[in-house]
Amino acid sequence: MEVWNYINGHWMTIGNWTLDHLWLILVSNSLAVFIGVTLGIFIAGKGREEIADTVLYLAGIMMTIPSLALFGLLMPFLSALNLPSIGFLPAVIALILYGQLPILRNTYTAIREVDPAMIEAGRGMGMTSRQILFKIKLPLAVPVIMAGLRNAVVINIGIATIAVFIGARGLGVPIFRGLRTSRMDMIITGAVFVSILALLADGLLALAEKKFTPEGLKK
Amino acid sequence: MIKLENVKKVYPDGTEAVKGVNFEIKDGELCVLLGPSGCGKTTTMKMINRLIPITEGHIYIDGTDNRDMDENELRREMGYAIQEIGLFPHMTVAENISTVPTLKNWSAQEKEDRVRKLLGLMGMDPDEFAEKYPTELSGGQRQRVGVARSLGADPPIMLMDEPFGAIDPITRDRLQDEFLKIQDEIQKTIVFVTHDINEAIKMGDKVALLKDGELIQYSPPAELLAAPKNRFVRDFVGSDRTLKSLRLMKVDEAMKESPRVVKEDQDLASVGKIMNEEEVNYLIVVENGNKLKGWVNREDVEEVGAGTVADAMVTDTGAAEIGTSLADALTVMLERDVANLPVVDGDNNLQGLLTFHDLQSLIGETYTERGGKHPEVKK
Repeated sequence: MEVWNYINGHWMTIGNWTLDHLWLILVSNSLAVFIGVTLGIFIAGKGREEIADTVLYLAGIMMTIPSLALFGLLMPFLSALNLPSIGFLPAVIALILYGQLPILRNTYTAIREVDPAMIEAGRGMGMTSRQILFKIKLPLAVPVIMAGLRNAVVINIGIATIAVFIGARGLGVPIFRGLRTSRMDMIITGAVFVSILALLADGLLALAEKKFTPEGLKK
Repeated sequence: MIKLENVKKVYPDGTEAVKGVNFEIKDGELCVLLGPSGCGKTTTMKMINRLIPITEGHIYIDGTDNRDMDENELRREMGYAIQEIGLFPHMTVAENISTVPTLKNWSAQEKEDRVRKLLGLMGMDPDEFAEKYPTELSGGQRQRVGVARSLGADPPIMLMDEPFGAIDPITRDRLQDEFLKIQDEIQKTIVFVTHDINEAIKMGDKVALLKDGELIQYSPPAELLAAPKNRFVRDFVGSDRTLKSLRLMKVDEAMKESPRVVKEDQDLASVGKIMNEEEVNYLIVVENGNKLKGWVNREDVEEVGAGTVADAMVTDTGAAEIGTSLADALTVMLERDVANLPVVDGDNNLQGLLTFHDLQSLIGETYTERGGKHPEVKK
């Protein structure tokens, strides 16, 4: 009841936090996809097995760093570079890093696991490596890459709440404030909206995944 | 023409996969590379389109060293079909078939025409199949599309690596027959890799038998069966090579042409005389010039005694059509328990007579012509 009252009275503010949250996720995950897919394609190349192992290992380690600690670690690093060490930028960087593992790993695995017979057929018919990548490997890898993105987004929607500790705005704000002032209604409001957001994002991306899956792979 | 000159493949670890082979494949010929696994047949084929780099020696395509050509251009001039078929699952049948035409920037209309033509050639209705995806096809249909795709841009040369390997024997047999008919029409220069001796004999104009990276024998299949060069070839073609060669030979090659015939209204007494003259117990009866009607044999003639041929004639005679393999003709003879079989053309005109005796001596020839009898046959 208290929660309902709180939402009723502050829907403008809650809406803004939600938009801030979404913006953070959109920016960080767009960049994460770009970086992750590019890097994934690169390390899936021939003769780069060792680089791939190292990169995937590092991305794995990244996931084990507690998010609060990662935000903390980024601050001195960014100040050394004369960049803002609190607020939007460090939050985006941290979320990009967290999004890497699922996207990178899925891209890498999907490309590596394209049936060699298909690549051989492509080569045998005179496709260049580039044509093989864009006409065969990537289209076949799309469903798996999309699944990785979906995973990354859902993880990041949760982690983004913690970014409030380094001054980023979003649905972490009511949770953080609620914790400090023992306002259960604010904590619950924040948590519920984060969950709704995660569920919605998951559903939408599942639809997108279906849409981007090449027709012939659906059966 | 494809010419291999002292072609070698040595891998970095020192393995010699191909140890200097020499042979040439004439235009329009289907050359089978045959051998047990690890003999270097696939490696040899892949050096032709440079999927595997040549270590030493030269491969000339119509006189040009294939290393002087751009490798992708080279490959686009050679159809390529592989065992796993390798159809792209995210592309429709039409898109798959037009892979190389797309690489060569053909117009949409040209591509569509080509797809329709090739699907037609493969006996698949373009309206039904062009927009389907590979997962919606049966194994045999996929294999056909794989072959159609390798013919995509109408390349003069085709490389086929066990193209019918991944399907059941019955479908394989049918696809082989279909493909031979297509090849009759399109006359491509084909390099065909297989480990199956029966497929090699059936498909090849020439068979190159390889072992441990060396070319052991390069000859037409009939010669491979009749005159195996050494023990390895003999063992590889199998102890039933006589039966195999019967499958390879046509009745036309073994029949007696223009055998003595009689007509229905002829007097039986004269028939007996002809039999004595010809030293046979069997005569073919014809009507309307040269149409096969039936046959008479000595026993019946003697039993009936007087009358015309029609009184003693048996009309239910088996016959082999021109072009039938000797193996099939032999089957008919054994089934009907007869020692003689008339050979006719498509219009039932008598062309010749195949006798069991001729078959026997032909088999004998196969065995003694060169190299002598197989020791195991003596037992």
